[in-house]
Amino acid sequence: MGLVIHSEKINEESARALTELCPFNAISYDGALHISAACKMCKMCVRKGPAGAITFEEEAAPVCDKSAWRGVAVFAEQHGGRVHPVSLELLGKARELAAKTNHPVLALLIGFETDGAAQELLRYGADEVYVYDSPALKEFVISPYANAFTDFIEKIKPSSILVGATSLGRSLAPKVAARVHAGLTADCTMLEMKDNTDLVQIRPAFGGNIMAQIVTPNTRPQFCTVRYKIFSAPAPDQPHGTVTSMPVDEDMLAGRTTVIKTVKKPDEIDISDAEVIVAVGRGLHAREDIALAQRLADRLGAQLACTRPLVEAGWFDAKKQIGLSGRTVKPKLIVAIGISGAVQFAAGMRSSDMIVAINQDKHAPIFDIAHYGFVGDLYDIIPRLIQKMEEKAHV
Amino acid sequence: MNILVCVKQVPGTSQVEVDPVTGVLKRDGQNNKLNPYDLFALETALRIREEQGGEIKTVSMGPPQATSSLLETVYMGADAAYLISDRLFAGADVHATSYAIASGIRRTGAFDLILCGKQTTDGDTAQVGPELAEMLGIEHAANVLSIDAIDDKSVTVTMNLDNLIQTQTMLLPCLLTIEKDACTPRLPSFKRKLETASDVVTVLTAADLTGLDPARCGLKGSPTQVERIFPPEVNKNKEQFAGTGEQLSDTLFDLLQQKKFV
Repeated sequence: MGLVIHSEKINEESARALTELCPFNAISYDGALHISAACKMCKMCVRKGPAGAITFEEEAAPVCDKSAWRGVAVFAEQHGGRVHPVSLELLGKARELAAKTNHPVLALLIGFETDGAAQELLRYGADEVYVYDSPALKEFVISPYANAFTDFIEKIKPSSILVGATSLGRSLAPKVAARVHAGLTADCTMLEMKDNTDLVQIRPAFGGNIMAQIVTPNTRPQFCTVRYKIFSAPAPDQPHGTVTSMPVDEDMLAGRTTVIKTVKKPDEIDISDAEVIVAVGRGLHAREDIALAQRLADRLGAQLACTRPLVEAGWFDAKKQIGLSGRTVKPKLIVAIGISGAVQFAAGMRSSDMIVAINQDKHAPIFDIAHYGFVGDLYDIIPRLIQKMEEKAHV
Repeated sequence: MNILVCVKQVPGTSQVEVDPVTGVLKRDGQNNKLNPYDLFALETALRIREEQGGEIKTVSMGPPQATSSLLETVYMGADAAYLISDRLFAGADVHATSYAIASGIRRTGAFDLILCGKQTTDGDTAQVGPELAEMLGIEHAANVLSIDAIDDKSVTVTMNLDNLIQTQTMLLPCLLTIEKDACTPRLPSFKRKLETASDVVTVLTAADLTGLDPARCGLKGSPTQVERIFPPEVNKNKEQFAGTGEQLSDTLFDLLQQKKFV
């Protein structure tokens, strides 16, 4: 399985075309054509290169018995008996996905004194809730949690598993996926289900302005994580499902980590919960100009947020970052100022109700997702806008 | 204390796009750099070495040009660097990547602690660290904010759990992914650069990794497969305004007023 170079089709001209075509600089030519380890198997050379010069040879991979794996499972994250809202959002999506193949919606709950949480999962549509409850599972400890998760997979054999991309989920899911040799796709922004139970996972890819559609065609279970606020939670309803208590034994609780203390962080307004957001990017010339954006935010009763480069530059705390590697937001209004709108950023805010963008470059990708685009210099637009808002406030 | 630091070379900017008409992936310059999140892991390792003594090795998987990023880790203070590089690993997903790095780490010798950045700026998955730990049969902690105590048996860390902060003691060996801003990374040393031999980076190919199962490598060893790539959806219900700053700010003001945000 892999790329095969057909040297009889390679000459100076076709080699140059292929070298230029490869987006990852993986193809070189020194009289013979070489593909280096920089290859990402995007197969651009196969599809768009000179015909027949490079081909992709597939080997029939062994396929597992997919019918032995049933159910769309949600890992229900809880702290102190309270279910994280991302898990409820995932139950709603799981219901849609499971309906396609007539599978049940399953929930996996790990913790201590979880009765209330289990009932909540039933109200949000779980058909079956599997509970691992023990005082030793009160706090998140990696090995016992991973052991319980693995036990659930081995006994219940769910076809798909959705995990909230919280700090806990992003730590636990890869450990379990590695253990059961499962495919795992991080931070999916769209999910669909094929008739053959393959989960279609869509996320931004290659660190660029590209979406990738990813499947796990040959193995089960298939794992993915999804950020908070990507999907919407369903309305709670009359419970119809069942709760099954799973045995927890000493072996399951064994590990090499001891929790010393768990402290709640001081409450602060999270940009994920903001109704109005003013977001700034590299269009801002200087750090002092944050004050300008802050004045606009104050006028709009908005939270100030930013793109990743401004966090990397040390202008903002990472908690203020919108995007795939920051927070996902879904406000009623977001004003994006001096932001080009790379897919990494867009992934964190594109489901906002109303997107206003101000950018000098009329080709900036932010204008592809903005409902209202303003092509101009923010330094010409924002001060006057603030002035008008202040005047109105004083009338 | 023997510390391994896993690093990755990433594109300097998010420069890859797909042409909506031809479907060709476009690139725009190739300024590669060391994944900025890895700097915090390396700095953390350097500080532990100052206190505990020992050796720091950096490990990366990537194409031959990733050597330059590994050299940078040596200029910052790493004692040795290893590049796991082979076309066999091309197209690897998280699972196959973790497998290849785990196989490479078995070659680089005994370790007490592995440190990783919290994620990379290109893949953004934050998954390789935890998968790598599992494949090496050790525990991990992700998003570590601080190392509170360390000796030759155990490490006490404080980690970020969104609304919670958890402090825990872990027996060595283990793997930690280090949160950004856990420390301030030092700059590469010019003196070290002059002193460093150009062959300080050891390249490990698939043939160097004993016991490597080719069926678990690269695209073939990847449970997930990319079915298709496409440009992000374009919002079709959009209005665009151009004009002078004055006109634009007036239009925007009217719009915000009409939508009742002012």
